[in-house]
Amino acid sequence: MGKYLLIESRDPFDSADVRNSYELAQGLADDANEVTVFLVQNAVLPARKASSASGQVQDLASKATVLADDFSLRERGITGDELVKGVTSAEIGTVVDLSLEDGRKVIWH
Amino acid sequence: MATLTVALMDPPYETPATTTAFRIIDSALQKGHSVNVFAYEGAVNLAMAGQAPHANPVKGTTAEEEDHPTTKDWVASLFTTYPGKVQWINCGLCADERGANDAVPGPVRGSPKEFVEWINASDQTLVIPAK
Repeated sequence: MGKYLLIESRDPFDSADVRNSYELAQGLADDANEVTVFLVQNAVLPARKASSASGQVQDLASKATVLADDFSLRERGITGDELVKGVTSAEIGTVVDLSLEDGRKVIWH
Repeated sequence: MATLTVALMDPPYETPATTTAFRIIDSALQKGHSVNVFAYEGAVNLAMAGQAPHANPVKGTTAEEEDHPTTKDWVASLFTTYPGKVQWINCGLCADERGANDAVPGPVRGSPKEFVEWINASDQTLVIPAK
């Protein structure tokens, strides 16, 4: 079982290949890997309940740990109660802590 | 304590990834880790000493009132705030192409060879590609 940190920085309405990134995370989780997805910058936008892409993020959160960068949320005026179920706010130090865990692979998209 | 290597490619004032990268680097340093930064392609401009804040003629404000941050100040502050904990290499060929060899104190010239050596010696490498 491997450990992965996928840092997603894009909004699916900006980059169509964000869906591939979600699918990669879900596939890794399906294969019994420990997967955390850290949403940063515009990637936090679809984590809002109001977004029509929120279903994809909620599906992702049902299989992997999904964190949303608190700074990116604040910049965009998104509060915690606007986030879909399973997505929690986290500070950037979480990226550092997870990245430096033994054997974890880190991918930025 | 661990060593984190970060590869940057975006030029300054272009994407939010630069801000995120500096936040990650600063957080790692605050936690006591060492950080290596390999600036590739347009990222060599991040440390250019000639950067200057500017006024905003639309709002009628001065450069001092605007108080814009510059990436060269961010780079320089890494070395003054965390002495001995940061190494920064600007890709030499990239800097030559862009006329970006007038860096603030701290960064040095290097090549992808040093980046590979850092990868092998680090606990983790984070590559932040250009979009």
